[in-house]
Amino acid sequence: MTSDTLIQFALYILFLPLLGFLLLIFFGKRLPRQGDWIATGILGVTLLLSLIILFVKLLSYPAETFISQFTWIDFGDVPFIGPISVELGIMLDNLSVIMLVVVTLVSFLVHVFSIGYMQGDVRYSRYFAYLGLFSFSMLGIVITHNFLMMYIFWELVGLSSYLLIGHWYEKKTASDAAKKAFIVNRIGDAGMFVGIMIIFVTFSTFTFEKIFDSIAVGTIPFGSEAWLTAAGILIFCGAIGKSAQFPLHTWLPDAMEGPTPVSALIHAATMVAAGVYLIARTFTIMTGDALMVITYIGLITAIIGAVIAITQFDIKKVLAYSTISQLGYMVMALGTGAFTAGFFHLVTHASFKAGLFLGSGSVIHAMHEALHKKHDHQTDPQDIRNMGGLKKKMPVTYLTFLIFTLAISGVPFTSGFLSKDEILAGTLGFASVTGHYLVPVLAFLVAGLTAFYMFRLLILTFHGDHADSSRENDIHESPGVMTIPLIIFAALSLWFFYSFNPFGASSGWFYAAIERPMSVVPSVVQPVAAEVFKDAVHHAHTLAMVLSILIAGLGILFAFVVYHFRRVDADRLKNAAGPLYDFSYNKLYFDEMYDRSVVGGTMGLSNLSKWFDDTIIDGIVNGSAAITRWWSAFTGRFDNVVIDGLVNFSAYFTGFIGLILRKFQTGKVQTYIVFVIFSIIVFFFIFRTL
Amino acid sequence: MTYCIAQIPQWLAEPGLTHFLVISAILFSLGLLAVLTRRNVIMVLMGIELLLNSANINFIAFARYTTLALDAHLIALFVIILAAAEAAIALAIVLNIYQQFSTVNVDEVSTLRE
Repeated sequence: MTSDTLIQFALYILFLPLLGFLLLIFFGKRLPRQGDWIATGILGVTLLLSLIILFVKLLSYPAETFISQFTWIDFGDVPFIGPISVELGIMLDNLSVIMLVVVTLVSFLVHVFSIGYMQGDVRYSRYFAYLGLFSFSMLGIVITHNFLMMYIFWELVGLSSYLLIGHWYEKKTASDAAKKAFIVNRIGDAGMFVGIMIIFVTFSTFTFEKIFDSIAVGTIPFGSEAWLTAAGILIFCGAIGKSAQFPLHTWLPDAMEGPTPVSALIHAATMVAAGVYLIARTFTIMTGDALMVITYIGLITAIIGAVIAITQFDIKKVLAYSTISQLGYMVMALGTGAFTAGFFHLVTHASFKAGLFLGSGSVIHAMHEALHKKHDHQTDPQDIRNMGGLKKKMPVTYLTFLIFTLAISGVPFTSGFLSKDEILAGTLGFASVTGHYLVPVLAFLVAGLTAFYMFRLLILTFHGDHADSSRENDIHESPGVMTIPLIIFAALSLWFFYSFNPFGASSGWFYAAIERPMSVVPSVVQPVAAEVFKDAVHHAHTLAMVLSILIAGLGILFAFVVYHFRRVDADRLKNAAGPLYDFSYNKLYFDEMYDRSVVGGTMGLSNLSKWFDDTIIDGIVNGSAAITRWWSAFTGRFDNVVIDGLVNFSAYFTGFIGLILRKFQTGKVQTYIVFVIFSIIVFFFIFRTL
Repeated sequence: MTYCIAQIPQWLAEPGLTHFLVISAILFSLGLLAVLTRRNVIMVLMGIELLLNSANINFIAFARYTTLALDAHLIALFVIILAAAEAAIALAIVLNIYQQFSTVNVDEVSTLRE
């Protein structure tokens, strides 16, 4: 198979979901089954094509990058700047090829799951249409070869995410969450836009390759590396928004208002991974300082997410915060230079986190039906305190959920273990090279916390007895369309897909395909640094593995002690933690803080401008109106009195004169003669002296 | 033999231009008086004749007593002819007026006023 065929396939993959979107949005309601089979079928085809591309690319062209581009706008030779042209095109390298499979796979399985989960929904066809739009946008991000298309698809992802979160927009919380997600994302995107503009102003092109090449030969923005650092951090701002990094992470938990499959697709596996993917794409232009910022932002996010997730009771909220935490992990890994590990975690996380969300969807679906049967609309079907004991009722969901939980906790023989282990080794290597020992310490802490809260969730949901025995019999396992995707995801969460060695991924195909790209930044002495780092990671590997197994085991043990065997009372722990618990339960008061500062500030500002508008602007307008009125009254008066007076006066005067003169017109010739003679005499006397 | 009954006043002894002018002025005034005061159109016309004739006297007098290069006799004759023509037209008008208004009284013919 030639590269042309691959490019063609990639274009099919990109545009088929768009076709599906257009079909469904216009004709969805008229199609049989509202067209869900079209959307699902299209995604199935794209998945197939992606798999073909993956295999062909990795087996036949493992080291090549295919680019297909055309010039969209050619400005020619612009005076003072030089030639500027904007190219659009797609790029297939190992990174994008793997990402293609991840996106299409998760999207396809979510489509299948949605057929069961969204059955009977009011806007069933529209839901599938938006899923198609989302897939299109996400695939665009993945295979683009320039910043411009990246930004366009980036915004499209934001839009479709907004549409999907707000799918049940009748619910105030849902529409609010959609708005919040969109606006918070925009904040990050603004930074990204500025970053892209710094790059464009310097290099007059958006194409990744050209930019990398220019930097490699020493061209940097405005001749200063600080600008390159700034550009890197600003582009990373886009990732902060999309990947829900601190401090813009607050939109992700709220986005759980959307349908659960959407959460699985967008807020676990693909959209939030876009940020990580962006960092991976632009990794080569990141300076050392920018990478340090990325590392710490990721670390902070990982801790915040884990700490909050411990105390949440909403099943989806726990997963949301765990997602934030894991995304922080990936970002941190990329920042430390554990490039492959970070991206590997993105891939493994995509399958087990999508699975977790779909599993929670299955649970919520069952709870919802049971509650519905009892006409109970008070009990929250998503609250894990209302669950428990679902193990026997939903065996498939339980087993798959268990595998996902083991994977995310980093237990051996799962994919999560492989990637997490690599990340931890990476942080240890990073620490031994740079001396930032805080990073691995906190990373291990997060690993322990993750194991703890995930097993807390699992135990509270599936183990023990059901909270309300009266509805226990109404809970049933979900239908096949929902359980089969779970089983597939569970299979993908096992180790053998990625590496035959369950204790190390570095010998697997993934590590062969994805290699840390060389930095093009001149100041980073790359080959040496990379070698040193690689050595450090290698030395740290065994230690990281042992430690991570130990810590994960500790977290799991603790969760079982507290929640399963109830040797330690959870309430006593809560009281012992005191304010710390409240701090975590209230999500570290981030929302309140933003409410007070940003929202409050904005409201204050808008109130101020409203006051300004009402008082000053309206005052000026009203004042000018009053002045105009007064002036027109004045001119009216002037017109009525003076002008009309003059006109009338002249008329009256003429009339008066006429009144006098008519006396002289007697009609008697003789009188006239008298006048004539009199006049002659008068004239005679007047002109006598002349 | 010289009879000298009385000393004839100087102004009578030698009649001059002034006398004629005075006569003319008197005649003019009389004519004017007739034009202005008479109600009968015929009388008004007669007054006009007097006015014309007073002018004639002036012309002739100036021709006699001054050295002004004035063909006064000719003008006088011209005025006489003009007066005759005017009288003819005027009388025709008077006849018409009489036919129209059944009167030759100037006061009662005041349609010009309207």
